[in-house]
This record gives sequence, structure tokens and C-alpha cells, in this order.
Amino acid sequence: MTRKPDPMHLLLHQFPELTITGLAVGSVYALIALGYTMVYGVLQLINFAHSEVFMFGTFAVAWVAMAIHGPNSRSENLEQAAGILLLGLVAAMVLSGIVALLLERVAYRPLIKKKAPKIIALISAIGAAFALEEVMGLRDRIASAFGLGQRLSNYVQGARNPYTMPVTVRPHPLFSIGNYKITDVDILMIVAALLMMFLLETFVKRTRFGKGIRAVAQDPEAAALMGVNSTRVVQLTFLIGGLMAGVGATLYMIRIGSTTAAGGDLLGIKAFTAAVMGGIGNLRGALIGGLVLGVVENWGIAVLGDSWKDVTSFVLLVLILLVRPSGILGEALGKARA
Amino acid sequence: MSGRLGGLLRRKQVSVPLLVLVVLFVYALPMLDLPIITTTDSDFGGVLFDAASYALIAVGLNIVIGYAGLLDLGYVGFYACGAYTVALLTEFHGHWPFFLALPAAIVVTMVSGLILGAPTLRVRGDYLAIVTMGFGEIIRLVITNTHWLGASQGIAGIPPPPSIGQAPDPANGVAGGLFQVPHLSWSTFPNVIDVGHETPFVGFGVADAIPFYWLVLTALFIVLIADRLVKNSRVGRAWEATREDEDAAEVMGVPTFRYKLLAFALGAAIGGLSGSFYATQTTYVSPDTFIITLSELFVAAVIIGGAGNRWGALAGGVLVAYLPERFRSFSDWRMLVFGVALMLLAIWRPQGIFPPRRTRRVLKVEAKIEALEGETASV
Repeated sequence: MTRKPDPMHLLLHQFPELTITGLAVGSVYALIALGYTMVYGVLQLINFAHSEVFMFGTFAVAWVAMAIHGPNSRSENLEQAAGILLLGLVAAMVLSGIVALLLERVAYRPLIKKKAPKIIALISAIGAAFALEEVMGLRDRIASAFGLGQRLSNYVQGARNPYTMPVTVRPHPLFSIGNYKITDVDILMIVAALLMMFLLETFVKRTRFGKGIRAVAQDPEAAALMGVNSTRVVQLTFLIGGLMAGVGATLYMIRIGSTTAAGGDLLGIKAFTAAVMGGIGNLRGALIGGLVLGVVENWGIAVLGDSWKDVTSFVLLVLILLVRPSGILGEALGKARA
Repeated sequence: MSGRLGGLLRRKQVSVPLLVLVVLFVYALPMLDLPIITTTDSDFGGVLFDAASYALIAVGLNIVIGYAGLLDLGYVGFYACGAYTVALLTEFHGHWPFFLALPAAIVVTMVSGLILGAPTLRVRGDYLAIVTMGFGEIIRLVITNTHWLGASQGIAGIPPPPSIGQAPDPANGVAGGLFQVPHLSWSTFPNVIDVGHETPFVGFGVADAIPFYWLVLTALFIVLIADRLVKNSRVGRAWEATREDEDAAEVMGVPTFRYKLLAFALGAAIGGLSGSFYATQTTYVSPDTFIITLSELFVAAVIIGGAGNRWGALAGGVLVAYLPERFRSFSDWRMLVFGVALMLLAIWRPQGIFPPRRTRRVLKVEAKIEALEGETASV
């Protein structure tokens, strides 16, 4: 542990940098957190397998880059890589969406149909999370079982090891605040999260589907009586969560550039923490929770050192819940603020 | 049929000898070399030790989840607390004998349960789950970053409990223990008693996990008896009331917070107990062991088995420890198989494999009401 001589000085000195990069990382948390919060708002279930939905998205981005670019790694700036990244975004959203829908169909719907206790859905989700993580971790074996091991070797080899995207994005500094030069990647991440948040909230507030979601969140039985197809609504909720995780996965890969089969776990926990911190079931809460978590975590690194980063985030969570037992903004997907 | 069998089993003349037989069988299990059950790919004594430890954990966590209805996703923290207390006292910072460190570990985990429970138990429901999960992670991360606790390298060389008689030392031909118990071996039928393969009684060594299994099993039986006494007392009823409707219980004069805290502390103590056995058996503790996934597995054990029923929780614990070992021949695929199995079990028996008798009654009544309503609707 290398602790700097004067942590407070370090914090103040690097304040702009820590804050901006914290917001950028927080954007990824926020986008994953939206998936947790949507499902919780509608079903009051903690979707423990959502981290794997995100993980599949990160692989989709890396695979697309591999398919277009080939295995030789190169670093490009954001404009040069834009084409690959856009395709990667689409692929990530599609794959994450499919995984999320699959999850709903296999792990949740049978239990919802049986009106099972909520806690058992948690176990089913944990089982699904294990299975999904293992499918990704064993993808080399699975590919060779289908006789595709050779042809797909660029995509599947070393399935348990970190998988690096061949195209790394080189951030380009745009302007500076204090002593930190804000890069285009920082801006992209924060703006993308805000934009997705805005689109999602508009969707939930203004469209017929959104009305259905709010209705089921508020009172599933009454909604059913009013002719809302609750199975559809649940499916839609999972799909939206998956799409948002796909966007988050793309941003994550732009910034970090590498992923692993087990890599979803920690991010999932962080995102879930963010969702709870903001007020689970509340869309804006997820955004605020994610951003706050990202920023405070970065400050924590400056003050306490890198190895205490995760402790900072959990201590923050505990403190916030002690002061506000249902999160910063409280629960509210059902309680229509429209 | 099952009613008559149940009635027969509940009669004292039948149930007591049967129970004794079952207990004897469970103790003898590692020596019997039973087909199918015995794991061929990993040391059966070790597997049984794990299974008994998980069962102990599940019974402890069942108090928290099943009786008091508190979803604790950070239970691994208490497991770690127990393991580390033993590691610190017997190896890292002292040379206490194990059986002195054990009560200390129980006290330490109980106190840590109280400390963590006091602020967090005011948070309800799913929020409690995430807060406890956070605390579980905090414990692990603090261990990882603290040199006094062995940091990320962990603590190695934790001594086994003191043996009665000599300590086993197979390299020098010392069998150890009070006396030796021979295993059975069906491959050499009819000479089934395998004198070449013996396990020392109360002789704890690295080579043989079976004495540790017996130790945990004994602890498990003691805990089960205590659990039964507590569950059937005023405390058990207070937990049940709190779980079913916290506000109503409070209005009826149950100090719910205090009882929840008690459940939390008792559960923690049992987790710590299991952790201490883990430390002394594996001789090595490292923070990498005590990850969130383990907490999830513990919760899964309780819920899959049947939260609220101690036998269900016990069965769940055994299952969760045993299945991955049994599937070891699938090697890399076993976690995949396990994940799918967990999911299928959850979908197949949403109430757990052995739900508490109360839940079964409720389900039966609900089915009856449903049937009656269906009749009236069709008329």
C-alpha cells in the first residue's frame, strides 16, 4: 500500500480529474443500475444475474472489433474507431437484450407463474448467474464441442483470461478544467449516460408501454384487470435493462478495453449498490447513485489509497442507507411523477 | 399412508432408537465405502467435512433467514471472522490451543454480529440484503488490506486441534489418536474390514479429514439441539411473529429489534463456529476464500433446503457442498451444471425441498380454498 504523504493535498490537487473520471466510471454504474432498478420497480426482485447480462455485452463489443479489425491490436482515436464502436454498440445491445430476455423466460417466468416467494427468485437468479458466467468461461470448450474451435479461436481461446479488444481507443484531450484535460471519452461517457437516462424516462413517462410498466409497478392485479399484459410488461422491463447494460458495456469497453468472464460480478455489485443508494425502483435514483458512487470512489482512492476503493463505496452505501433507509431519492417507479 | 408413517415416527419408542441409528450411521458414513454416495474423484472425508461445515452454516443462517426473516447476504463475513480469530490466536499472534481459541472465535463473531446488526437491522427487507452484503465485502477488503490480519497472502500453518494420545504422523508410522478405526472396503469382499486403512479417533492430522468431520458433526448435533430448544421457546415465537408481520408484533409487545439482533448474533456465532473448524482443517486462511459468491451459496443452501425448517436447511447445506464434488468428474463443467441445477431446484420446489410444516399446511389450505372457489365458479 503506497500511501501518499498528504492525501488531502492530493485530493484537492487532483480534484477536477478525480471528479470527471469518477463521473465517467459512474456513468457505466448508472447504466447497469438502471437494469436492476427497472426490474426491482416492476417485480420487487433483485435480478442477481444482471451483471452477467452486462458481461455478455462487453464481449459483444470486443467480438465485433475482432471481426472487423482482425487480431492485430492498434490504438485509434474516437473518430477513427467510431464505425467499429457503433456496430459494437448495436451488437452489445442486441446480445445483452437477448440474454436478459432469456433470463426472464428461463429463470423468472416459471417462478412468477407459480407465485413463488420472492426470495426463491433470488436463488434462481444466482443459479442463472453461475450458469451464464460459466458459459462464457467455457466458450472455448463449447466451440470445440461444435467443431468450431479452430475457426473461432480468435474469439474463444483462453476463455477464462481477460479478453482484450484489438482496437483500443486513445482519448483525445478537448479542454481543461483546473489542471485536468477533459477528454472526448469522458464527455462521451457522461453524455451517453445522461442521454440514455433521458430517453428512458421519456419512454416510461410518455408512451403506452411506459404507462403499462408504471401500472404494473404500482399494482400488478389492478393493472391486469385494466387489460395490461403483465408478462409482456415484465419482458419489456428485462429487455430495457438489457439494452441499457449493452450501452454501459460499450462505454466500459471504450474506456477499459478488456473484459473477463468473471468481470461482471464486481461491476454488478457496484451498480446494484448504486441503484440501492439512489433509491431502488427509481430511474433518476439509479443515475444519481451511479454518479455519486463513481465520484466518491475516486476521491476515496486519492485519500485512502487504491486498495481501499471498494471499502469506500460500501461504507458510503451503509452510511446513506442509515440516514435515508430507502435511498437518496426513495423508491418511485410506480409512484408516477408524470 | 404418509400420515400413519408420520404418526409412527413421532412415537417415542420408535423415534428415539431410529434417531440413534441415524446418528451412528452419519458418524460411520466415511468408513462405510458406500457405492454411489462416496466421491471417487476427491477425498470423501474432506467432502464430508465440507458438507458438515456447510450444514452447520446453513443451520445458523436458517436462524437469521428462516426464523427471523432477515435476508443476510454477508454471512460469509462471520464465517471469515471465526476462521481468522482462530488463525490469529493459534498461529499468527499467539499459540493458543484450538479448543481455547474456539470459544474466543464464537464470542468475537457474536460481538461482530451485534456491532454490524445494531445499525443495519433498522433497515428493512431488500435493503438489509445489500447492507449486509456490503458489510461482508468490507470485512474481506479490510482483511486484504491489513498487515496485522495477514493481508492478501493470508495466514498459513494453522495448527490442528490437539489430539488425545499421539498426534498422527503417517510419515513416521505414528497412527496417533486414542485408537484407530478401520475402514470398510467392498472391493475385497468378503474381507471387508480394511485394516490397512485406519482413521485415528480424536487424532487430528493433515492427512485425514475424517476426525475433523466427526468434530464438526458433534458441533452440528449440539447446535441442532440448541436450535430446537430456542425455536420452541418464547424467543422462537417472537421471531416468527416478527417475520410474519413486524408492525403487528411490535404492537403486541414484542421488542422486535432486540429479537432480530439476537437472531443475527446467534446466526453469526454459528457461522463463526463453522469458520473456526474450516481454519483448523485447511490450515490456511486467505481473504480470497471469503468472497460474495460464498455468501450467495450459503443463502442458496438455506432457501433450496427450505428456510424455516432446520432439517431442510441442513439438507440444503449438504447438497450445496456435496453436489459440486460429486460432479467433479465433469471437472470444468461442474459449476455450469451446478448453476443450472440450482435454477432447476428453485423452479421445481419454490418452497424449498423440505419446507417447514407450517408452510406445507398453508399451501394445503390454499389449494383447498382454490379448489372450493373453482367449484363455486363452475356452478
